[in-house]
Amino acid sequence: MRMDLIQPFIGSLDTILGEMMQAPAKIADLEMEEGGYRKKGLAAVVSFKGQIEGRIVLDMEPSAAARVAEYLTGSAVDPAESIVPETVCELANMVIGNAVTQLNDRGFQFKVFPPEVLSEAECAKAGMDSEATILRFETACGNVYLNIAMRYHARRARERTPVSVG
Amino acid sequence: MKQFEPLTRKDSQPVRYLIVDDSVFARKSLAKMIESFGGQVAGEAGDGCTAITEYGRTKPDIVLMDITMPQMEGIEAVEHIVQQHPDARVVMVSSVGYQDNILAALQKGARHFVQKPVKPDALYEIVRYVLSDDGVTAPAGAGKESSR
Repeated sequence: MRMDLIQPFIGSLDTILGEMMQAPAKIADLEMEEGGYRKKGLAAVVSFKGQIEGRIVLDMEPSAAARVAEYLTGSAVDPAESIVPETVCELANMVIGNAVTQLNDRGFQFKVFPPEVLSEAECAKAGMDSEATILRFETACGNVYLNIAMRYHARRARERTPVSVG
Repeated sequence: MKQFEPLTRKDSQPVRYLIVDDSVFARKSLAKMIESFGGQVAGEAGDGCTAITEYGRTKPDIVLMDITMPQMEGIEAVEHIVQQHPDARVVMVSSVGYQDNILAALQKGARHFVQKPVKPDALYEIVRYVLSDDGVTAPAGAGKESSR
């Protein structure tokens, strides 16, 4: 997976988490994974199609999601409240939207679909089809995971073009 | 949340907003900001189709419209609303802020664009700017924190 395509997502999450938690987030771990993904907390997925296709799962420990919800609503939020999974969706939307904006400005064309909350089963299924890069961000309120799986189609198309020899 | 000098209409009534976003959470967050601007939520919609209906029903002063939504996206909804109501004032509020999207929205009749995460100060200034042509009276020193 190309790091230059992943970097905007990392930068975007880093900036937005830092702003919403009023404290810096630190990348604590990076791993590649193939097969099903087991979510760690509350997860949302955003898909995109076009020159780059794939999906990104934002997975947050409930305490971290509650902290973001507090920032966005301006009032205290318990991690068990129903608004917390919605927060993860909205945060995923912001992170991916901002990253996609950067990639689009660099010439990549693709369409983003609305975020969806991921259940345990859907989460495992979402990771079945491709290799994913999983980043763990450490924050003062708990871990946040970014699971990125994407394919660069324009490049693939070029690679598939038959080469005439002789 | 920070409180702003209230934005009011010519008739001294609160500015009425239609919030369009598929995320309940985002709508709640925008509603809080509107409250801090002294405004009133006239209606809410979770997709473009409902936004068109709600616009006709509530006749808001301004619409805050998301782009990426199920069924009908924000840019298409703006086109329909502005066709039916040429005076409609629509501000796009989206996390996807690339130039093509902004341009498409403006071409369809949107007045402005603000990228998520929305900062209340930025949204306040944009709303004030968009409504200024229609005589919204924003008091001197607007945008400063008040003791409300």
